[in-house]
Amino acid sequence: MAETGKAKTITIISGKGGTGKTSVTAAFASLAAPVVVADCDVDAANLHLLLSPEVEKSVDFYAMPIARINQDLCVGCGLCNDLCRYDAIVIQDDNYSVDPLACEACLVCKEHCPEQAIYTVERQAGYWFLSQARTGPMVHASLGIAQENSGKLVTEVRKAAADVAEEEKLDLVLVDGPPGIGCAVMASLTGADLVIAVTEATQSGLKDLIRVNDLCNHFKIPIHIIVNKCDLNPEVTQTVRKWAQEAKAPIIGEIPYDTDFTKAMIEAKTIVEYKSSRIGDELKNIWNTVLETMKSIA
Amino acid sequence: MHIAIASGKGGTGKTTVAVALARVMGSCVLVDCDVEAPNAHLFLNPDVQNTQDAYVMIPEVDDGKCTGCGECSRVCQFNALAVLGKSVLVFNELCHGCGGCVLACEPKAITEGGRLIGTMQWGKAGNLDFYDAKLRIGEPMSPPLIKALKRQAECLEAKNTILDCPPGTTCPMVEAVGGADYCILVTEPTPFGLHDLNMAYQAVQQMDIPAGVILNRAGMGDDCIQEYCKANGIPILLEIPHSREIAEGYAAGKDILSSMPSLEDGFKKVINTISEGLNNG
Amino acid sequence: MLICISSQGPDLDSQVDPRFGRAAQFIIVDTETGEAKAVDNNQNLQAAQGAGIQAGMTVANTGAKALLTGHCGPKAYVTLNKAGIEVYTGCNGTVAQAIEDFKAGKLQKAAGADVEGHW
Repeated sequence: MAETGKAKTITIISGKGGTGKTSVTAAFASLAAPVVVADCDVDAANLHLLLSPEVEKSVDFYAMPIARINQDLCVGCGLCNDLCRYDAIVIQDDNYSVDPLACEACLVCKEHCPEQAIYTVERQAGYWFLSQARTGPMVHASLGIAQENSGKLVTEVRKAAADVAEEEKLDLVLVDGPPGIGCAVMASLTGADLVIAVTEATQSGLKDLIRVNDLCNHFKIPIHIIVNKCDLNPEVTQTVRKWAQEAKAPIIGEIPYDTDFTKAMIEAKTIVEYKSSRIGDELKNIWNTVLETMKSIA
Repeated sequence: MHIAIASGKGGTGKTTVAVALARVMGSCVLVDCDVEAPNAHLFLNPDVQNTQDAYVMIPEVDDGKCTGCGECSRVCQFNALAVLGKSVLVFNELCHGCGGCVLACEPKAITEGGRLIGTMQWGKAGNLDFYDAKLRIGEPMSPPLIKALKRQAECLEAKNTILDCPPGTTCPMVEAVGGADYCILVTEPTPFGLHDLNMAYQAVQQMDIPAGVILNRAGMGDDCIQEYCKANGIPILLEIPHSREIAEGYAAGKDILSSMPSLEDGFKKVINTISEGLNNG
Repeated sequence: MLICISSQGPDLDSQVDPRFGRAAQFIIVDTETGEAKAVDNNQNLQAAQGAGIQAGMTVANTGAKALLTGHCGPKAYVTLNKAGIEVYTGCNGTVAQAIEDFKAGKLQKAAGADVEGHW
């Protein structure tokens, strides 16, 4: 596997949810097509609603096997409950069972059950898909309801995207990341050449942007910023600009508050496909800046 | 009465709703369970009286006592321990703190230390008791911090509690919503809002928690949420109109009742509807 | 000296597996006698996390003093390093070719992980 010619990865995150991450990613996909797109917000995957991909391959995703209690063998000694640190043992009328939502799959209970009444069950927790969208190949996933291990699924999606980029000789992967700064976000950031944080000019947006910036610094990944809803409150926008300057995190675009994003979404189009508009033009400018930046990243 | 405020999609207005409900309830407890991106404090300016670090347990190995038997590594489902000769390498960031290795170590070479996962704080915001926590930067696992925070807040168990939950439908959301008497799902009238509401509704159904919807930014998009709720028999507790005024107020850190005082009655009705529903079983 | 090569198959004609933690197999070769045997890495392919750590222990247990592979992540590197195993990344082609390159001193010893870890 030659390292030269390896596709570059841009990951789009936000800290705070609902800042317009996915709409921006979709616009970039339209502008960069053909490009590989990976939806790593597997908790609440939305990118497919804009890019309408056709699924070509579907792969099962398994979470770690969790514990279950064989009622015929259980004598109700309660040792599993004493040892479980996740409050996952449910006791009802002297019957012991495992709460699958609380079980962390550590299997301490199974290891120590004197009656060997505890066994494991595989959990098919979701799927990931390799698809063709009108912007090029797309990797996305569907995680079962209330499942864990989304970090592992994110990793699988990201790897599949890198593989398809290599196969189809495409030099760029766009990753739509989840909100927050936890496990799934960290899995989305791994291997990114550039992070674009889409924030909004609100107090909350700024607070969460600062945490995302700290996270990127922690992993030594360069971060650029897009400020959405920049005209809601000029004072807050000014604060964001000032902070960005001090944090040496360049602002590469500001997008005014506009319901065109919503209208485009309802028509299942990206904002640059929807109609010619000022925010569409702004996004084209931003994308050109991103391309310039990528050239300077070795 | 414990009410969780959740949503699949982020940015739909969970915190806005949580703060408004806490305000109209008066004396109650508000717990901001979104430890990855906590924002409720911005709208409440609480007087923080206490801070406390939260830890998960991690193994510490005494190489002098280790016999290199490899049991700790064998039982660890998370591959957090590597036994090489008579010493053990511990990868703290992979550890889930289950304690299995400590139990498995016959020569008792393993004791437990702590890994800092975040910091909790609590205090008063007017007549509200306020709790929140910040996940340490670089810490992957938020559920243990959410659990610790909820445990801390339950010192005041008898009171009414509002839980502002993280977005999504996976472990952090499940941890935050778990144990609530009722869950309000906040959404917006867009294809994204509908898609993620559906995910979140299935999650709370699986958790056996009764749920209703608050539709935020009503009028911004289409009628998809009303149609979905009607088809699935989910009550729409309140519609908050789409308004630039509210968005501008939010940007400045103003709570929604200050931006649009006329909504107060609506939020009061939400509380009444939920408590009557719960009392009538 | 025993060396280990991450491999996609069970013999010397197999291709080097560019992955370490989730390699299909490991081929252990005695550079003096040429004797080779395959060690399975199956249990690791589906590991949710820490595959590199477990693979590192597997290799350490074989007594190998050097590892030839494609890529090595940070946790695997720490494990191998602690076990006193030298790591050579960037190998490709067949296992036999990688051994020849190693003997000829053509491979560059890695000073650290060459790829990112993941969660």
